[in-house]
Order: sequence, then structure tokens, then C-alpha cells
Amino acid sequence: MANKVFHVMYDDDQKLMDGARALVAKGIRVKDVFSPFPVHGLDPVIGVKRTRLAIASFMYASTGTALAILGTWYFMIHDWPMNIGGKPSFSWIENAPAFVPIIFEFSVFCGAHGMVLTYLLRNGTLPGMPASNPDPRTTDDKFVMEITTEQNGGMSESDIEALINTTDVYELSIKNY
Amino acid sequence: MLKEASIRQPLILGHKTYHDITKDICGPIEGPAPREWKIAITIAAIIAIYGLSCIAYLVSTGIGAWGLNKTVGWAWDITNFVWWVGIGHAGTLISAVLLLFRQRWRMAINRSAEAMTIFAVIMAAIFPVFHMGRVWMAYWTLPLPNQFGSLWPNFNSALMWDVFAISTYFSVSLVFWYIGLIPDFATIRDRMVKPGMKRFYSILSFGWSGRAKNWTRFEEVSLVLAGIATPLVFSVHSIVSMDFATSVVPGWHTTIFPPYFVSGAIFSGFAMVLTLLLIMRKTMKLESYIHVKHVEYMNIVIIVTGSIVGVAYLTELFISWYSGVEYEAYAFINRFSGPYSWSYWMMMTCNVISPQLFWFKKIRTNLAATFVLSIVVNIGMWFERFVIIVTSIHRDYVPGAWGEFHPSGIDVGMFIGTIGIFFTLFLLFARYFPVLALNELKTILKMSGESYKKEAEKH
Repeated sequence: MANKVFHVMYDDDQKLMDGARALVAKGIRVKDVFSPFPVHGLDPVIGVKRTRLAIASFMYASTGTALAILGTWYFMIHDWPMNIGGKPSFSWIENAPAFVPIIFEFSVFCGAHGMVLTYLLRNGTLPGMPASNPDPRTTDDKFVMEITTEQNGGMSESDIEALINTTDVYELSIKNY
Repeated sequence: MLKEASIRQPLILGHKTYHDITKDICGPIEGPAPREWKIAITIAAIIAIYGLSCIAYLVSTGIGAWGLNKTVGWAWDITNFVWWVGIGHAGTLISAVLLLFRQRWRMAINRSAEAMTIFAVIMAAIFPVFHMGRVWMAYWTLPLPNQFGSLWPNFNSALMWDVFAISTYFSVSLVFWYIGLIPDFATIRDRMVKPGMKRFYSILSFGWSGRAKNWTRFEEVSLVLAGIATPLVFSVHSIVSMDFATSVVPGWHTTIFPPYFVSGAIFSGFAMVLTLLLIMRKTMKLESYIHVKHVEYMNIVIIVTGSIVGVAYLTELFISWYSGVEYEAYAFINRFSGPYSWSYWMMMTCNVISPQLFWFKKIRTNLAATFVLSIVVNIGMWFERFVIIVTSIHRDYVPGAWGEFHPSGIDVGMFIGTIGIFFTLFLLFARYFPVLALNELKTILKMSGESYKKEAEKH
């Protein structure tokens, strides 16, 4: 059976929320939602899990901390110790207070950039990537819900369409894939 | 949908829909450039070119072209550096600290404030980089493996911390700004008709599609970036202040510097944001989004930080007497009565006295008065750095080594030039980039929009 994709457009975030709730309650799986801004409270309704980017950021930042500690030890203590105003050049731990600013900055640097790169890669948003929103109005003031027959195996095309039409739809387009 | 208390003034005036927000902010980008913009950018570009030629002269002659001498080794250049970095801080404060505090009024101003941050930090970096003299060796500040007996940069030095702090700050602010811009570029891309411009914004928007998962990640990334940018912004100006605080020269030996510099930075940054936004809201017709309430909030921040700065000035004076160190005491007596006392009193008037006028509601809600005072604050903050740097080092322990600093034409030209470069970049931003975070504004429209609030009150 050919996969059919329903693009259900709403003209208001509240209508989208109500529509998503009603459809999910009737057992329809919503594949995705395209919206011009984050619609709060929508994620649990359509089953989008919380992102783990914050954890990733913590790990990148910890890597940064470790690298900065290793670096300051290697440059200042191990490889070429220098007597700078009598500061301890023989022991990392005794010289550590002077290294705190750089360790901190480097941790922030790694945490921020690591997370942002992960974010861009996971989103598939990189320079020159093609956009995949089904309608240009979804970045302005319209909200589109994507529903596929493939994901809703138990239901026929006309059943899904009938259910969709019970919500406050602005426009509906059905495409073959 | 969250409801906001009805006594809170609306943040978006008039009857706006989601589409109106898109139209109001993308409209100016799509239309032809207005005459005023062309005139303004021409003037700014001429000044910028003059500044760049001063830099070219400086590099080819050496930093003797500046007015520095053996006694006063840091003066105009580092004053400008600290002034520009300080201005930059308001952008991060608005976008990060106010995000953590869930201040919704930030959304109308954060985009342009962050743009200001980035351009200001670039301007700031010019000064210490060219002060190195042989600027093509600037990469020696990085710990790169080398052939000089493996000579590593000194990680004990506050100047080295500065290299790390400023470059981290710049790059993190840049990505923070860009992450927010991506969805707004997508909005412009989807509206553009001209194929060339569509292609341009399509590249800038990185193929953003606004999927539910993308938005979840977007909000998480913004929150975490705000969370780590907040300590970052405080650390950066603390580290800048340590360039002066960790020395043994009287006046450059003060533990109060980090908090005092940070509040001074926020103070001058907000003043610069006000200067820019008051012009921008008028010329780009953004009065419904940036109105008197926003200006008032920013003026309140100016009173608070300005008063902290005032207290810091007085504390410094008191401590210099209370310490019992005669060199320290003399440094401060010399500040307010020595050859540079005019700059000290300029600083006191502009930073401590005049911002107190904002206690009057009439003044802090008056846009013309705010505009004038915002410029006064920035003049005052420039003099603050000049006072700290020049008056401290022009007379230290040995009177035989006392000297004075007189700026050269190149000193002045470079400073004026950075203002020109800054405004050129800012005008380009205002013309081609979405000047308000339009997709973020849409999230608060139903909470804080005037017509929606009136509607809610009826029920």
C-alpha cells in the first residue's frame, strides 16, 4: 500500500494543541509538527522525548576541564617550568589558583561549542542544507501536523481523514509518497 | 496557555497577529534600502575607512605612533579596549541572565543587544591585538608547540587569562546569537521572492524546518547556553579587571575591581543598547515592540548598576585613606586633584550624578531624556577607564619617573574609527538581519500582547 502523508494545517497554536490532543486520544500517531515557534506542552502529547543535549554539554565541558588541567600541568609544570614572580612552578596543585580562570573558560568553551555542534548535527541544520517544512507558511503563522498512513497501520485513509476533519482544520493536503 | 497578571503592562502594543509580527520585522529587509540608511552607512563607512587607515599607519610605523611613553605604557588603547568590552556585556546580560530570570521584555531587545555585543567585542579586540606591536605574531598568545625552546605562554598572567576569556566570550556569544537567528532566517527565506536573496537566506538558515523536536532542542540549547553564558559574562569582565587589580602599582591594586568592573560594564552596555534602540525603533517603526516600558526597565537597570559603580568609587576613596598606605592615598588624591582631575570629575558627574535623575519616573519614561543620558553614561564610562588607567600609572613611586600622557592623532583616529566600524556593522545588521527575535516574540504574543490582555480581562 502506498504511503499517504496528511499535512494538517492549523492557523493557531491553541487549535493545533486541541487538534493534536483529540487525534492522539483517538489513537492516531502524529509523525511530526512544523511550527513557527516552540509550542509549549505539545511534546508530551505527540510523544517527543526530552532532549539529552544538556547532558552532552556537561560531558563536553568536563572534557574541557580535564584538557585544561592537563594542559596547564604540561605547559607550566612539566615541560618548561619558569619562575614567574616566585610562583610555585614545581607543583600543579600549588599553582592551581592561577589556573582557575583558564580552566573555567576552557570548560565553558568546550561545553558551549560541543553542544552547539551536536545540536546542529542532530537537527540536520548545517549551511546549505535544504529545508523540509511542507509549506512556507509554517515559518510565519501556520502550524502543520504531519500524519502518515504508514505509522497508522490499523486505520484506513478515509478513517484518518474523517478524524482529522473533526478538528478545527485550516487546510488539509494529502500526498502520495 | 500561561496567563500574565493584568496589572503588568503589555509588551506588544496594538492588535498584532503572528503574521503581523513576521511582516513588521521582515518587511524592512524585503523592501529597498531607505535613503536615511544609505546616508548613515556612507558616513559610518567613511569613518571606518579612516580608522582602518590609522591602523595601517600604526602597523607600518610601530606603536610609537600612539602617545604612549615610558611612564604611561597603557592609556588610550586599553581604555578603548575596556570600554568596548564593557559595552558588549549588556548583550549577554540581556540574552542570558534575563532568560534565566524569565524576563519576557528581553525578547524585543535581545537580538540587537547581542549583535551589539559581538561587534563591540570585535572592536575591543582591535586594541590589545595592535598593542602587541608585531600583530602578525598575535598567535603567539596561543599555547602552540614551537621551536623557541618550547616557550609556552604564561598561564599565571592575567593578560593570558584575558586572551582565553575574550575569545571564549566572543565565540560563545556568536553561536548563541546565531542559534537564535536560524529560525528567523528561515522565516525570511520562506517569504523571499527574489531568487538570489532566497538562496542567501536559505544558506544562512541552515535548512531550518521548525519540527517539534528541533524546537525542543532549540529551547534546551538556549537555556543551557544562557546558563553557561551567565558565569562567563561575569568571569570575562572580572578577568579584564584583574589586568589592573593584580598589579602592585597604587590604584592598580584593588580587590574591589571585579564586581565594580562588572557592574560598570552592564551600566555602559545598557546605555549603548538604549542609544541604538531608541534610534532603531523610530527609523524601523518598531514602536509597538520596543516601547516606553522596555525603556523604563532598562533605565532601572542603569540606576541600579550606576549606583553600584558610585558606591565602588566612594569605597575606593575610603579604602585608600583607611589602608594607611601613603602611596595608595596619594594615587587617589592625585586622581581628584592632579593634572587629570578634569577626567575624574567628568567620570563622577556622568556616572554617579546624572543617572540618578532616573529615579524620577517622568525622566526614565521620557525617551528624549533617556537618549541624552545614555550618551552621557557612555562618555562617563570611557572616562572611568581613562582615570583608572592613566591617573594610576602616570605617577607611581618615584617622582623622577612621573610623566603625562597626551593622545596622538592616531590614538584618536583609531578610536573614532572603531566607532565607525561598529556602526557600519550594526547598520548592515539592521538592514539584512531580523532585528527582533521574531519567532520568540510570537511565543509571548498571547500572554503579553495588548489586545490579548484586554480580551483576557473581559473574562
